[in-house]
Amino acid sequence: MSDISLEVKIGSLELKNPILTASGTFGYGLESRDFFDVSQLGGIITKSLSLKPRKGNPPQRIVETPSGMLNAIGLANIGVENFIKEKLPELIKLNTKIIVNIAASTIEEYVECVEILDKEKIDAFEINVSCPNVKEGGLEFGRDVRKVGEITSKVVAKTSKPVIIKLTPNVTSISDFARISKEEGATAVSAVNTFVGMSIDIFTRRPKLSHNTGGLSGPAIRPLALAKVFEVVQNVDIPVIGIGGIISPEDALEFLIVGAKAVQIGTHNFVDPKGPIKIIEGLKSYLKKMNYNNINDLIGTLELNK
Amino acid sequence: MIHQTIAEVIDNTRLTDSIYLVTFRSKELTQEAKPGQFVNIRISEGCYPYLRRPFSYCDVVGDEFKVLFSIYGIGTKVISQSSIGAKFDIIGPLGNGFNIDSEFNTAILVAGGLGVAPFAFLKRALPKNVKVVSYIGARTKELIATYGLDNVVIATDDGSLGEKGTVIDLLKEDLMNGKFEGKFKIFGCGPTPMLKALKVLCEEFNLNCEVSTESAMACGFGICQGCPIELADSSGYRLICKDGPVFNIEEIKL
Repeated sequence: MSDISLEVKIGSLELKNPILTASGTFGYGLESRDFFDVSQLGGIITKSLSLKPRKGNPPQRIVETPSGMLNAIGLANIGVENFIKEKLPELIKLNTKIIVNIAASTIEEYVECVEILDKEKIDAFEINVSCPNVKEGGLEFGRDVRKVGEITSKVVAKTSKPVIIKLTPNVTSISDFARISKEEGATAVSAVNTFVGMSIDIFTRRPKLSHNTGGLSGPAIRPLALAKVFEVVQNVDIPVIGIGGIISPEDALEFLIVGAKAVQIGTHNFVDPKGPIKIIEGLKSYLKKMNYNNINDLIGTLELNK
Repeated sequence: MIHQTIAEVIDNTRLTDSIYLVTFRSKELTQEAKPGQFVNIRISEGCYPYLRRPFSYCDVVGDEFKVLFSIYGIGTKVISQSSIGAKFDIIGPLGNGFNIDSEFNTAILVAGGLGVAPFAFLKRALPKNVKVVSYIGARTKELIATYGLDNVVIATDDGSLGEKGTVIDLLKEDLMNGKFEGKFKIFGCGPTPMLKALKVLCEEFNLNCEVSTESAMACGFGICQGCPIELADSSGYRLICKDGPVFNIEEIKL
């Protein structure tokens, strides 16, 4: 099976396989080392980093829902400086691509984070313009085509590393956001971040989450996410990284066939820490069974019904 | 080191109408386990329920460990119905555990309802010369479990077993009567209102106390950030799964 190639390219970013771990579901990339050799991943996307540390939202931050969960973590993170000091030295020893996710409250903060991190040995940036759980930034940016365009152009101007814009599905036309990202110089888009959701305690008549609403993730959103990826792929010529409820090789293959160049495993990292490795192995088995030598021969081969 | 492994059910005992004690066998999950730590059990291979369910180590002997629980939702229901030989995907040992290295000659265990879960293992791990007294309270006798403990003082809200009242009231009375000699340490586990009352008592009597806290969790090992508990000085949060579940009671806001 060793002659089967899983390598994919997203602009200048070369991945040994198309399986990445999604931001916010894999810590700073080091925590899951007890479970498997994380160097086997195509890449690791860090927890969203802001310029300064953020405490995050008060409890309750998560609620289980059918086939998924709501979260309103509120971008709790250690901040860019602490990340560079405490996490990055270990992270860059890994034999996998390190993609740093940035979240910010202002356009200037995005730019400043990228300027600082651009000097470090990281492989790419993913720009979170789509967190539903913070008061400033987040969805306010992600739902405004001009803002997403402005953030993209300003960030791209500060780095020669690939820039991936992480899109929210909570918009009418996600393609408009992918298009502006491409026009302003992004290397790729990742789709999708969580769907805004809500859950109520019927005895207290209050939302279960302290933030009232949160982001829905997990298998519950997979068909929705897949349709969003489909929409982008059909309308905009930019590499797409698929995200949304992937828990098995079959799920990952659906996104790849639709046209995603790579996929991110998110919530499933909480449920099955070894999940990403099982998915990589499953991709190999599928390709062998279907007589593909190269995963790129499969990507985007969707045959639409008449 | 944290393990993700398959463990087999080797015993399932119903202690009362609503309380179950289920025993699993696993070398990886037992050999480094400490009292106060927990395991995170995957209930379904499918998506219902999707998230794992955390359980304290109730007791550990050799390569066997027990979890103690009452049926609360789908997760506990599935485990309560598991037969001998059933296999579960389990992650552990997780969290920090109780600190039993500090010097004390009496351990006072204070449990509210199923908060008694971690104490059999704690008692087993304490040095033999440490005297152990347990205060176990619940709403009613159906919810009282004393597994692995002796020298137990019981309180129920309805008076159906032991004294009518709360364990905190009983403990306070015994403290005021000078029941405990020498150095003692309190270990608490139970619902938040009980822990709040315990915190007030500890402040009043200036007591050395560690409590095991609980929260809904997704991962159980610090990556989802879903189980925060606020620090007493309001400076930020700690994660119950990774920084806890055991905290010095002074350290946290309850």
